[in-house]
This record gives sequence, structure tokens and C-alpha cells, in this order.
Amino acid sequence: MKARQVYVPLIAVVVFLALWEALVWVMGWPNYKMASPSDLVPAYEKYWSLFLVMGWQTLWRTVVGLLLAVVFGIMLGMVMGFSRTMRDALYPLLVGFNAVPKATVVPIVALMFVGAHDFNTVLIAFIISFFPIAVSVSIGLSTLEPEYRDILRSLGASQSTIFWKIALPKTLPEFFGALKVSVTLAFIGTNLMEIVSPHGRGLGALFDSGKTNSDYPLMFAVLIALAFLGIVLYYVVVALEKVFAGWADRSV
Amino acid sequence: MENLIDIKAVRHSYRTASGPLPVLDGLELSVPEGGFVAVVGPSGCGKSTLTRLVAGLLIPDEGEVRVHGTRITAPRSNVGMAFQNPVLLEWRTILQNVLLPLEIVPTKLTKAQGEARARKLLALVGLEGFEGKRPSELSGGMKQRASLCRALIHSPEVLILDEPFGALDAFTREDLWQIMHRVKAEEPFTGVLITHDLRESIFLANQVVVLSGRPAKTQFVLDIPDTGPRTLDHLYTPEAATMLNTLRHQIEVAQGRAPAGAAA
Repeated sequence: MKARQVYVPLIAVVVFLALWEALVWVMGWPNYKMASPSDLVPAYEKYWSLFLVMGWQTLWRTVVGLLLAVVFGIMLGMVMGFSRTMRDALYPLLVGFNAVPKATVVPIVALMFVGAHDFNTVLIAFIISFFPIAVSVSIGLSTLEPEYRDILRSLGASQSTIFWKIALPKTLPEFFGALKVSVTLAFIGTNLMEIVSPHGRGLGALFDSGKTNSDYPLMFAVLIALAFLGIVLYYVVVALEKVFAGWADRSV
Repeated sequence: MENLIDIKAVRHSYRTASGPLPVLDGLELSVPEGGFVAVVGPSGCGKSTLTRLVAGLLIPDEGEVRVHGTRITAPRSNVGMAFQNPVLLEWRTILQNVLLPLEIVPTKLTKAQGEARARKLLALVGLEGFEGKRPSELSGGMKQRASLCRALIHSPEVLILDEPFGALDAFTREDLWQIMHRVKAEEPFTGVLITHDLRESIFLANQVVVLSGRPAKTQFVLDIPDTGPRTLDHLYTPEAATMLNTLRHQIEVAQGRAPAGAAA
């Protein structure tokens, strides 16, 4: 069971890389059109220290943005989940805000806080990823069956007791579903800032330098590194979900 | 003898978009200590509103609800509730679910005593060995039994049952009726049972109250004679047939389908 969960995805990754290599070889594509996995190895060898430094910069800024999104998203979700008025008031604003393409927000933020690269990058990661969390928490709370509330209210429980004992744990599966979406969104946010408003930090900057120097394998290597970080963070969320909302999993 | 629950001249309306909707108008209900009253009536006549009044979750527009002579103006911790939906918490084991009220109401029981009591109640309803299971691993009838234990764990003065057996199949329901008698013998309670099932009402309760259509008032009260321990066979006696006929007629009156005067 456990071993299976490791080797099945690993085999899938190996098969994917083999197919990719084969496709590039069969089509005879040069590496500026499409680099193959075998082109990536020299890129990683050559720039490994840069990958470590920049990968870390991308990772920590993404995680901080995501943590802010979790805190703010839960608070906003609570406000909208418990108050009908706040829900009616905030939803259109929130949807409108979410509909604005974040690539257009990046230059605005970059101008607004000139030079504060770390702050700007965290801000964009946060802005792009709190929406699913807020929505899921608010839906989880507002769809709580009245009987759950009544059981505790009839015993004289306070609103905060009801929240901690029932509303919050009951919302956790939805929350983790949203968090998985937010993880990938946060990476997009970080890289948008790093690429659209380059400031020499993060994997986005490395991608940008690959572009300027026509080092195409480096660009592909950055993409794969980003995918790797995304997978790692995703599985961290899955592990947390197992701990805190494992009861909701009926497949075992 | 003083009644444990006294409901007098209660009127209540819900505010809706198209003006106030009166649900209760002239509701009278008295339950003596240890009594078990079943409330029947047409769909949507305000039976569930009645349970919320007794639990203190709702304060009536007019009239008063008293428990032990004290006027109810807010939820009190001496009530146990069970609904058609067992609303067990999926992330807790059955034992932890039953213990939930003890985490909220003031209790003299220590943790170990509470747990022992929960185990005893679970054994009483036939759930011995299921203490560590999750609600998702239990059948509908078993969930309902666990929900009943949760309603009783803090020895409430009043047990409120809002159609707890409504969603179960006929055989499971009859099972649970018999379990209710066993529970009442071991853990005496004063109860209000809301139901749609006339057989259930005469089998479980010692008094059946028929509510009229909306806005509901107390239309008819039937006392069920105490003839000792009841078994399912009691439902197939001529006395039971007469009571069921009377009640069915009263329901038809409440629905406006039969004139009040006509004999059953």
C-alpha cells in the first residue's frame, strides 16, 4: 500500500520524461524549439548553486504569501459565513477583485512599493491565492445544518464554542480542497512578480536571464524546478489534510 | 401535581418577506415529571417550532413556556435533543460524540465517570463494541441510537425528540421503539416526541396531543392507559385500533378534510 503510493507516481514521472525525450528526438526539434530532458541535466549541473538560492527565494516568498492568504482567507470566510449582510456586501467586490488579471496588478504594485521586492512578491502571491480559501470557508460555515447549531445552542453553548467544536472542523475538508488550489495559485503569483517585474531574485529571474541569454535549456530547467517545488508544497498540504481532516476521506 | 413542562396560550409568528406567518396560536401543553407526550399533526403545522420553544432556542411572541415553574427565556443546559438527522460529528468517534454535551454543560462527573456513563448508555441501546467507530461506519438506525445516547448523557430534565425515527425503515423503527422503552426504564426522563407516525405515538407515549393545521393550537388530547410494559403486540389489539382510529380522525379534522363533530 505505502510502497505502491511511492512507486506508481515515480514510474509515471519516468514514463513522462521518456515520452518527452522520444518526442523531441523523433521530431528532430532543436533545443530552442523544445529542450529535451537530457538537455536539462547540463543546465542543472552548470547552475546548481543558482537554482538552490533562487529556488529558496521563490519558495519562502510563496509560502509566506500563502500563509497570509490562509489567515486572511479564513477571517474573511468567517465574516461572510456568519453574516448574511456581509456576504451580500462583499461577494461582488471579491469576485470583481478576483476577475482582474493579476499580470496587470504586478506593475501597479511594483510602482506602489518601489524597491520592496520581497514585500511585493509576497503581496502578489497572497492576493492571487486567498480567494478560494475565503469562498470555501464562507460556504462551509453558511451551509452548516441548523441542527448542528441547535444541538449545542440548546446546551447553552456560546457562538465561539459552536465555531470551535463544530463549524471549524466541519469546514476543514472544503478548506483543504481550496488550499490545494491556492498552493499552485501562490506559485503563479510569485513568478508573475519575478518575471513581469524582474528584480534579480527567484526562479522567475533565472527564467528571465535564460531568455535574455538565449539559454533555452535553462528556461525549461526553471519550469521543471517550479513544477517540482509545486509538487513538494502540494504534498505538504496533503499531509496536513491527512492529519487534520483525515476523517473525511472515505476511500480507505 | 406540578407539571415539569407547562406551555400556556402560546402564539408565535415567523417574519417572512410577505409579512408575518403565524405558526402557533393557542398552544397548550403540559407534561408531568416522568411523562412522555407525543405531538402529532399535519405537515408544517409548527411541531418543530414547539420543540425549539421548549429548548429555549425560540422565545414565543405571546404566552409562556415554563420548565419546573421557571419561565424559559434562553437556552438552558438541562435539555437533550435528537432530530431526524442524527447530526453526529464525523471527526469524532461514537464515544466522543456521546460525550460532547459534557464538554459544554456544567457537570459533576469526572472524565472517567462521564466515559463510564457513556459506555453504559451505548450498551443500553445495543451499541457495545462500537465506541471507537466513526459515525460513517454505522447504519442509520445505529447513528440514531448514538444520537439518543448523546441527548441523555448529561441526564437532562427534558428530552426532546423531533421525529428521530422518521427516516428509518419500518423494522429498524420498531427496533428503536423497543429500545426507547428499555432506555426509559433504566434512565427515566420527561419527554416530548414529535412524530408523524400514529402507531409510534401510542406505542411510546402516555399522552398524545393532536395539533390543528397552521396556525396550530392544541386540538385534541388522548391519554394512553398504562397497562404495564408494552410490546409490539399491543399495537394489534382492539384498544390500539380504537385509539388509532380516533387519532386518524383528529388528523383529518386538523387537515380540514373531516368535520369536527363526526364520529370516528
